Formats: sequence, structure tokens, C-alpha cells
Amino acid sequence: MWTIFHRWASPPYFYRQSTRLLPWLSAICALLIIAGLIGGLILAPSDYQQGESYRIIYIHVPSAWMSLFIYMVMASSGAIALIWRIKLAEVMLVASAPIGASFTLLALLTGVLWGKPMWGAWWVWDARLTSELLLLFLYLGIIALYNAIDDKRRAASAIAVLALVGVVNIPIIHYSVQWWSTLHQGPTVTKFGAPSIYIGMLIPLLLMALGFMLFYAISVLLRARTELLAREAASRWVREMLEEA
Amino acid sequence: MNPQRKRRLLFIGLLIAGTGTAAGLALYAFNQNMMYYYKPAEVVSGEAPANTTIRVGGLVVSGSVHKEDESTDVSFVITDLHSNIRVQYKGILPDLFREGQGVVVRGRLNKEGIFVAEEVLAKHDEKYMPPEVADSLSENANGTRPQ
Repeated sequence: MWTIFHRWASPPYFYRQSTRLLPWLSAICALLIIAGLIGGLILAPSDYQQGESYRIIYIHVPSAWMSLFIYMVMASSGAIALIWRIKLAEVMLVASAPIGASFTLLALLTGVLWGKPMWGAWWVWDARLTSELLLLFLYLGIIALYNAIDDKRRAASAIAVLALVGVVNIPIIHYSVQWWSTLHQGPTVTKFGAPSIYIGMLIPLLLMALGFMLFYAISVLLRARTELLAREAASRWVREMLEEA
Repeated sequence: MNPQRKRRLLFIGLLIAGTGTAAGLALYAFNQNMMYYYKPAEVVSGEAPANTTIRVGGLVVSGSVHKEDESTDVSFVITDLHSNIRVQYKGILPDLFREGQGVVVRGRLNKEGIFVAEEVLAKHDEKYMPPEVADSLSENANGTRPQ
């Protein structure tokens, strides 16, 4: 376990392995998203209350899950970066932020579009919507703070602390619909007991969620590789790799 | 783990515990303000503030919806299964407004105890199923459970 961890933390090893991994991840991701979209938009039945409009959950729900998941990845990378000063953890933290911000924005926008016809309001200030908006600002704050500091290693430490402070918002977002009365509905899938969604609607949703997860893996690897090359441009392994090519 | 790393780990633990406690206390203090709406029971018992605009959330009682002809006036009863409130509203109802489904209404209680709403929002529940499944569920429920 520790040897794998140490090996992956070495930039040249990470770079070489991710080159081999990326085509596979891309193929599986494309398959999952195509299957999820066909399942969700064509095969799944319409809903007894919302008709066809409910199909926005195939984008909205996976985006919202990813917005929380990516933040947890960033907070964990931040902790690793602060304790062990591992460069790769810093790079993963920095590379994840714009992707997480995009998923958060996507979740908010799809919610806004669905809210007007279904609830009768584009936006309401209930606990779920407000805490998710706060998450978007956290992501944007992390990106801005990183760009405001010139020394990239110090910048990474600063955003690691910010990411760890913001982690308190994650359980608030998740439990907001249970702790307080909100207009946003309660959890359908992520709760104890059976999901309250018909199985033919649930399977495409899970396919989309897996597809989004792989999409994140691909984009974070690509961004992390670029960030690594930029930081390590002068190092020997980069020069050797260029000479080989 | 060397002492320096141990110290950093402790720092992170304290940081998360500290922000967690602060956020927890703040949210506990603002608990009432975090609520998006009151329940009908809180309005009837007087726990909700009177003579001011509030939001009330509940289920629309089946058979209680009256629509006026040639106008958008509508009246219905919302319930939390303890207390009922009659609501008057003038305007267009959202797509998801149904008898037996949740709504959140914003407005104020008048002297006759009728809630005059300025806004009606539909509250969707967490259930997703095709119409056929919903029909068979309600058929099974008939007779065993009052609707």
C-alpha cells in the first residue's frame, strides 16, 4: 500500500502511468455516458408527477454529487500536501478546483432551469440552494487565492488551508434537506434504505454518475500533467522524456 | 511519523474541529432562520410570527381545491396532518401543484384565519416512478389506508 502510494507520488512515474491510463479511461467514460444518456433520455419511463421534465436529473444529480466529491478530494489532497509536502498532492488540489467549480455551476444552472416550471421559482434562498452556492464561491475563492500568490508552493499551502476550512460546508450541503425545512426535496438515493426511485430510472442515473466520475478523473489527470510539466520544466525527468520523444 | 509532520497533522485536526464547532454553534443559534417555511401546526398554535409575511409548507388536502370560473382565484387547504389552514391565492399555479402533494405558500394570515398567499411554490418529494407504478401503488393502497 505505502509503496504504491510513494511510487505514484513521484512525478515521472505519475506522468508515465497516466499516459498509459488515459486512453482506457476515455473509452470507458464515453461508453458510460452514451449508455447513461440513451437509458435516461430514451429508455427510462416518464415520471408520474413531472412527466418528461424530471430527465434533467441525469445531469443535475451527478453534477451535484461530483461537486461534493471533488471538494472532498481537494480537502484530502490539501491535508496530504500540508503534512507530507508531496508535490503531486498540491498539483491534484490545484488541478481539481476549476473542474469542481464547473460541476457546481452545472448543478446550480440545471436546478434553476428545472425550478421555474416545477416549483414556480428560478431560485429560492433555502438551506440546500444557499449552501451549494456557497460551495461555488469556495471553489472560486480557492482558484483566485492560488493565482494571487506568485510562489506556487506557498500558494498551494494557502489553498490547502482554505480547502480544509471549507470542508465544514460539505456535510451541511448533504444534510441541509434533513436538518431544516427546504423547498429542495430530500435525498432519493444517498440515504439509508432503498432508493425511492424506479429501477429503470435509477440505472441510467448511476451510469451517468460513474461516467461523470471518470470524466473528472480524465480532466484532473490532464490538468495535473500540464501543471506538473510547467512546474518541473527544468528537471531532469522532463528533459530525458523530451529527448526520448 | 516525524514530529514535524505529527504537529502539522494535529494542526489540521484542530483546524477542522474548530471550524466544525464554530459552524455547528452558529447554525444551532440560527436554527429557526435556516428553516424555509413553518408548518401549519406552528401557525395555528401561534409559534409562527403573526401579522407579518411568512412561508408555510404542507400538503394540499385532496378535494379542497376550489377554482373560480373566469378568474385565477383559487383556494385550497394545506395540512401537516395535525392542523389545517385554508389558503387563498390569485395567480398561476406551478405545474407540480396537485392535490395530495406538497406546496410552500408565502403570504400572511388575515383576521378570519385564512392565509392570503402572494406566491405558491410546489414542493416536489423525493419519489420518482412511472405513472403505471404510481397507479398500481394507489390501487393497492385503496381500502387498506385512507387516502
